[in-house]
Amino acid sequence: MLISLNWLKELVDISGYTTEELSEIITKTGIEVDGISEPEELPQGVVVGNIISCEQHPDADKLSLCQVDTGEETLQIACGAPNVKAGQKVAVAKPGAVLPGNFKIKKTKLRGEESNGMICSLQELGVNEEDVPEAFKDGIFVFPEDTETGEDAVKLLNLDDSVLELDVTPNRADVLSMVGMAYETAAALDRNYTLERPSYEEAKDKADSDVAVKIVDKEANPYYGAFVVQDVEVKESPLWLKNRLMAAGTRPVNNVVDITNYVLLEYGQPLHAFDRDRFNSDMIVTRYAEEGEILETLDGKMRTLSPHHLVITNGEKAHALAGVMGGKESEVHEGTTDLLLEAAYFDPQVVRQSANDHELRSESSVRFEKGLDVNRVAQAGERACELLQKYAGATILKGIAEEDHLSRKETVIRMETSRLNDRLGTKMEVQDVKNVLRRLQFEYEEKKGVFDVQIPSRRFDISIFEDMLEETARIYGYDHIPYTLPEDSGQAGGLTEEQRLKRNVKTFLEGAGLSETITYSLTDEKSAEEMISPELKDEQHGAIRLAMPMSEDHSHLRLSILPELLRTHSYNTARQQQNLAYYELGKVFISREDEHVQQPKEVLRAAGAVSGEWVANPWQQEKKEADFFVVKGIVEEMAGRLGLSFTYVKGEVQGMHPGRTALVICNGKTIGFMGQVHPRYQKTHDLKETYVFDLNMDLLLNLYEREETFVKIPKFPSVSRDIALVVDEKTSAGEIEETILTTGAPLIKQVRVFDVYQGEHLDPGEKSIAFRLLYQNPERTLKDKEVEEAHGAILEAVAEKHDARLRQ
Amino acid sequence: MKERLQELEQEALLKVEQAETIEELKSVRVEYLGKKGPITEVLRGMGKLPKEERPVIGQLANEVRERIADAIEEKQSRLEDEALEEQLKNEDIDVTLPGRPVQVGGPHLLTSIIEEIEDLFIGMGFEIKEGPEVETDYYNFEALNLPKGHPARDMQDTFYITEELLMRTHTSPVQARTMNAKNGKEPVKMICPGKVYRRDNDDATHSHQFTQIEGLLVDENVRMSDLKGVLQEFAAKMFGRERRIRLRPSFFPFTEPSVEMDISCKVCGGEGCSVCKGTGWIEILGAGMVHPNVLEMAGYDSEKYSGFAFGMGPERIAMLKHGIDDIRHFYTNDVRFLKQYHNA
Ligand SMILES: [Zn+2]
Repeated sequence: MLISLNWLKELVDISGYTTEELSEIITKTGIEVDGISEPEELPQGVVVGNIISCEQHPDADKLSLCQVDTGEETLQIACGAPNVKAGQKVAVAKPGAVLPGNFKIKKTKLRGEESNGMICSLQELGVNEEDVPEAFKDGIFVFPEDTETGEDAVKLLNLDDSVLELDVTPNRADVLSMVGMAYETAAALDRNYTLERPSYEEAKDKADSDVAVKIVDKEANPYYGAFVVQDVEVKESPLWLKNRLMAAGTRPVNNVVDITNYVLLEYGQPLHAFDRDRFNSDMIVTRYAEEGEILETLDGKMRTLSPHHLVITNGEKAHALAGVMGGKESEVHEGTTDLLLEAAYFDPQVVRQSANDHELRSESSVRFEKGLDVNRVAQAGERACELLQKYAGATILKGIAEEDHLSRKETVIRMETSRLNDRLGTKMEVQDVKNVLRRLQFEYEEKKGVFDVQIPSRRFDISIFEDMLEETARIYGYDHIPYTLPEDSGQAGGLTEEQRLKRNVKTFLEGAGLSETITYSLTDEKSAEEMISPELKDEQHGAIRLAMPMSEDHSHLRLSILPELLRTHSYNTARQQQNLAYYELGKVFISREDEHVQQPKEVLRAAGAVSGEWVANPWQQEKKEADFFVVKGIVEEMAGRLGLSFTYVKGEVQGMHPGRTALVICNGKTIGFMGQVHPRYQKTHDLKETYVFDLNMDLLLNLYEREETFVKIPKFPSVSRDIALVVDEKTSAGEIEETILTTGAPLIKQVRVFDVYQGEHLDPGEKSIAFRLLYQNPERTLKDKEVEEAHGAILEAVAEKHDARLRQ
Repeated sequence: MKERLQELEQEALLKVEQAETIEELKSVRVEYLGKKGPITEVLRGMGKLPKEERPVIGQLANEVRERIADAIEEKQSRLEDEALEEQLKNEDIDVTLPGRPVQVGGPHLLTSIIEEIEDLFIGMGFEIKEGPEVETDYYNFEALNLPKGHPARDMQDTFYITEELLMRTHTSPVQARTMNAKNGKEPVKMICPGKVYRRDNDDATHSHQFTQIEGLLVDENVRMSDLKGVLQEFAAKMFGRERRIRLRPSFFPFTEPSVEMDISCKVCGGEGCSVCKGTGWIEILGAGMVHPNVLEMAGYDSEKYSGFAFGMGPERIAMLKHGIDDIRHFYTNDVRFLKQYHNA
């Protein structure tokens, strides 16, 4: 909201403070000042001039030659504005004047004729284009006839005003008006302010004899009041009024509309004026619209209504969308003479619904939605009547036609000084509390430090003790609250085992060469269905879609981290970053049923991707491209860190290379997969050969068991034997290893592959795998015989199970 | 014989002296000290000597032998040293060539910031709690004093999935869940970091996904001054002891009173500059005393229990600490960005 300091100054004494100081105080007591616009380049040397004569320039069609009296002298000025006329009072920049943008006015000749100054438009004087009244948009500004020649135009136009831009929190709707800000400023500065009741002359006839008000739904519309205003003269508003509207960012239209807008700014109460003739009824009925009812609103749009939109009708048809916008038909126009002036209270939710459905958020609807002072509704109408009488010559019928169901129950809050101190940690005296209440202008009764505070209706945001706690704290000053530390609750802080493990896994992966990334959980529909880990594949019911995504790129909840992680790879690859190694620890979202109504299961996963050179030291001719076994090494070591061991079987995952993908298995359960990204996927995503892993951390953290007991370091030497086995090329090393371990137990301690060969010395379709076997007995030194026996048994077993023969 | 030995000694020492290589030295050793050498020969011929002379000559022969051996030894180590010197001269390397790269990754900047904050609050006795990112309308809003139709729901544009299911807009539902789990009896002292989502268009200052850390302390006799103390401790450790803090009124539906915490601007020290928009202060976090409705909904007696809560954005803190100008950097994961903060 914009607050003109020139206006505020007339309500509250703010002298003694600079604009910055005032902003700081207001911010610290409650309303954040988000910005200050101070006139930086005030126009200089611009006065009100009287155009004595105005003739066509002899040599230029579009120029007029004016003789302008500036009070001190008469200047000849050439002017190109289409609306310039003799007899006008205008803003004249005299020679030597400086306009915004450091534009210096000099004596000059235009097409042979002298021009000693400039007649200015509002834009040239620094007014925002949007705030300029329609009549002066394309030409010079014209002052009212009774303006004094020679006066300072800058002052008259209020261009020396400073405007505060306030960021008002939703609870403080009470300050969405000058009156509200006046109370707030008075409390903040400890100065006085009281709102005076408007006064005007009433006609003999009574408003409620002239028009009847009928409310159909009391919940939706607890109060409706109508003033009957007659014989208005629709014309331009006085300058001061226009200035204030412009300072608040509202464009002046005509006196009637401007006055309702002005009262909205002043009181925070939206009003609406209907043209009485065009409203064409002695009855105002407020009701919900009928299905399909049509209303043309002021902006010229045809609105199709439904039964949750409240409308103001003349008993037959809708003339306004309650609280949001008036109807075109009964709009005030130049020929309007009689008005029905509405001052009403509509239910916030009802207005919100209409504003949302019709995408019409206005200064009015916002205020209805946030709440209004129930005691200021009719008073705002009176204020408008006062101004209409003064500036539009209106006759106002006596009283108001109204229907009133508004609750005006007073709120009284009990506040014990001791409880205030207990909650704030302060040591306020009773007198301190009294000072706060005096500044807020809240009435109270006090006995032995116990206050019963009567909350004025303008502060409809205050309803419970805690609200008063806040009022007291902010006026007393948060700076006056001491620093203490909470009493010890006896809780020792710390990470849970799972949190500690997660950190360990991250540290391990980083040590292994991977950089952590954080990617988006929301992805596009296609990516959401890709690279889903097999153990999730069975239980998932499709990716969950947002009801109203901002973009299709982020419309679905991910079922795998990898697609977004690989996007990161594409991004970096496109920026000449060659060797990439990333991981992410994050959640994927598994729907429990097809309708996606229940909260999904959130599964924590660790996924990684590497591409490019894994080892590279060019000058020593060392180079190793990332491959399957680089990633497998990381996964294997991670298992070790968690005290687990994984096995690997060939598997298929959508989006992955069919021959280079392994399912990772732990304790008989699939816990994820690893392998090469499908070459087709690599191609479409501009990826180099990329290897990934994706593990279910929830399962892993569950399986983890902390090794508590010390395993003795073996005292006795081990014996190693190497064997090279020739097998069918389809036989996997893992199967043979498994056979060796089960057959050789308990003496066999370790099996390691140290060579794999295929080629010249073997038959086609055969391969040779060389293993190093390590035997050890923790109790004593091994005897040759024991080793021979175990070794023999192993050779027999592999021959039998895998058709393996020893390579000679 | 005596003379013969002395003669041999002279001869041998001279040859040792003249030897230039280890090989030459070796042949001197073989020549004089070998089994067929002249000294051995002398000793063999001792049988011809009178009995009383034998020990004297024997001892002399041994002495000569030892002296020659010592001389050879000494010369040998000298020659070896020289040879080593010579060898080292040829083993020169270019120490300026690059080392073999060690492939090490590192944490994401946001993780570093979050873990730093976690550790800081753990030190003050807080636990760390986590919760679902897809939340129910109840926990995300209603349990936090934001009933349906509440105007403050506008402050958080929400990604809904169904009418009752949404992407959480803050980590506060974890607080509600934690309080609920305690049945309104035990104290709560926790922080909850995590990802949150808002219906925003991504630009330099907005991201549809970001992180948040919220904290909650509920106990008997929790005061607003305790909040101020804890926040000051946090600010001092996170931003430096010299930074001052201030609280100013704000609004959150789940706290009352609600405040915003600012810290004094590092750039200008509070004088006002472009970084702090001339105010001298930088907004860091929102906080307040837990609203009695929130306590009651979670089963706490709000007459007996009170509490404070606070919430902050790790992105904002990271941006302030490191002068990062665009929030999208955190989620683009440009490797050059990530690596800058591996030592953070
Ligand atoms: Zn600053």
